[in-house]
Amino acid sequence: MHPLIQQLLAQGPVITDGAWGTQLQERGLSLGEFPDTWNLTHADKVAEVARAYVQAGSQVILTNTFGANRIRLGDHAAAGAVSEINRRGVEISRAAAAGRARVFASMGPTGKLLMNGDVTRDAMGDAFAEQARALAKGGADALVVETMSDLDEAVLAIAAALETGLPVVACMVFDSGKDKDRTMMGATPEQAARTLTQAGADVIGANCGQGIAGFVAIARRLRAATERPLWLKPNAGLPAMVEGRPQYSTAPEEFAGYVPKLVELGAAFVGGCCGARPDFITAIRRQLNR
Amino acid sequence: MPDLKELYDAVVRGDARTTQAITQQALAEGVDPLKLVNECMIPAMDEVGRRFECNEYFVPELLISARAMKSALELVRPILTARGDEPMGRVAIGTVRGDLHDIGKNLVASLLEGGGFEVIDLGVNVAPEKFIATITEKQANIVAMSALLTTTMPAMKTTIEGLRQAGVRDKVKVLIGGAPITQQYADEIGADGYSESAVGAVALAKKAMGAG
Repeated sequence: MHPLIQQLLAQGPVITDGAWGTQLQERGLSLGEFPDTWNLTHADKVAEVARAYVQAGSQVILTNTFGANRIRLGDHAAAGAVSEINRRGVEISRAAAAGRARVFASMGPTGKLLMNGDVTRDAMGDAFAEQARALAKGGADALVVETMSDLDEAVLAIAAALETGLPVVACMVFDSGKDKDRTMMGATPEQAARTLTQAGADVIGANCGQGIAGFVAIARRLRAATERPLWLKPNAGLPAMVEGRPQYSTAPEEFAGYVPKLVELGAAFVGGCCGARPDFITAIRRQLNR
Repeated sequence: MPDLKELYDAVVRGDARTTQAITQQALAEGVDPLKLVNECMIPAMDEVGRRFECNEYFVPELLISARAMKSALELVRPILTARGDEPMGRVAIGTVRGDLHDIGKNLVASLLEGGGFEVIDLGVNVAPEKFIATITEKQANIVAMSALLTTTMPAMKTTIEGLRQAGVRDKVKVLIGGAPITQQYADEIGADGYSESAVGAVALAKKAMGAG
C-alpha cells in the first residue's frame, strides 16, 4: 500500500467531499458553462467550495479539474491552458485545505468512446498524461481517476496517473443493466475491481451512477474481488428533472445513515457525488462520531 | 444457397467477417439483396436491440453488431442503388449548437446505419444553417438532434424554427434525444419524435419513414 494511503487509513475510514459542479452553479456558474475554466476566471468562487468542504469535515478534498483534459476541453480552452487550469485547480484546493485536508486531484473521462473510434488510444493516453503531470506539478497528494464508464479508458488514465509517482484512486460508474450494477460498457463490479487492481490503482471504487442504497451491494461485490482499499462516492439519489434542473431526492441524514453499513463492508474513503453538498459531509462526520 | 439463419446469427453476435462472407456468397448466388436486408439483417438488429433493452447486451455488443451489419450493407447498397432502390431514409444527425457531447449521438448514428439508413453525421456544435444545408443539398428525410445539457436543449427549438424559416420544416421529420430530453419537451418545441434510448431511436426513425 502506498505510504500516504496507509497513513490516512491508520485512523479509520476517511471522509472525502461532495459534488463541486452543483456548488459552483449555486455561485453563478451557468449550466452549460465549463466549470474547470473557473480556476482561471473565478478562483475565489472555486476556493469557496473547497473551503466549504474542509469546514464541513472533509479529510480529503478533490479539485475542480474533472474535465480538464485536452480532449474534453476542446474548444473551451486554448491548448496551452490545459496545464494552467489543472495546476491552478490543485493550488486553489491546497490553499483552501491549509494543511487540514489532503488534496486528491480529479481526472474525469474524455467524453469519447475508444471503441467507436472517436479517439485513438495514444491521443487519449497523451491527454491523461498531460493532465496528470500538471496536477502533480500543482502539488496534488494523490490523483483520482473518477466517473469512468469504460474500463479501457480508466486503465489508460491509471497508467498516465501512475507515471507521476503519486498514489492513484480509480472509480467507475455503475448505472446500467436492470439492477444498475454494470458500467455503461457492461462491466460488473467484480470485473472492474480486478481490472483496476491489475492496472495498479492504489485505491479502487465506485462513484456517481445511483443513490447510496445501491452502493451497499456494489461495495460488497468490489470488496470480494479486490484487496485494495475502497473509495465510494454515491449520488444523493437519482435526479429528477424539475423545471429543467436536476433535483436530488436524498436528504443528508438519510445519506449518512448508510455510511456505517458501507464502512462495515470495507469502505476506506466515503463521500458523495452529484447532489451531495457540504451538509452531507457534516452529516457523515456526525454519523461516524468525529 | 447459403444458410440465411447463419447470416442472422452472425449479425446478432457481431461477427463482421462471417456476415460479409455469407452476404457475398448469397449475392453471388443471386439472392435478392432486399431479401437479405429485410429478412435477415434487420430482424437480426431488432434482436440485438431487444437484447440491449433486456440488459443482455451492453454498448459494446450493440456497436459490434451495428458494425457487422454496416459491413454487409456496404456490399448490398451499391446493388440496390444501381437498380434504383433507395435506402430506408437519409438522416442528418448532429449534437446541437453549443453542445460538444457525442457519445450518445455516435451510438444512435451507428445503430441507424445498422438499421439501413444512410447517415450524414454533422458532428457536434452543429448550427441550424448546417442542418438546413444538409436537407437541401443531400435530401435528408430526417433531422436527428442530440443535446446532453439542459442549457443546450433550447438550441433544438432554435433549429426547428430555423428549418421553418428556411421553408424546409415540412420536408423532414425532426427527432430528438439526449439525457435531459423528454416527450413533453419534444411536443413543446414541435419535434416529430423523441426516444429515450439509442435502440428506440431506430424504431422511431423507421416509424417516421412510414416503415415498421
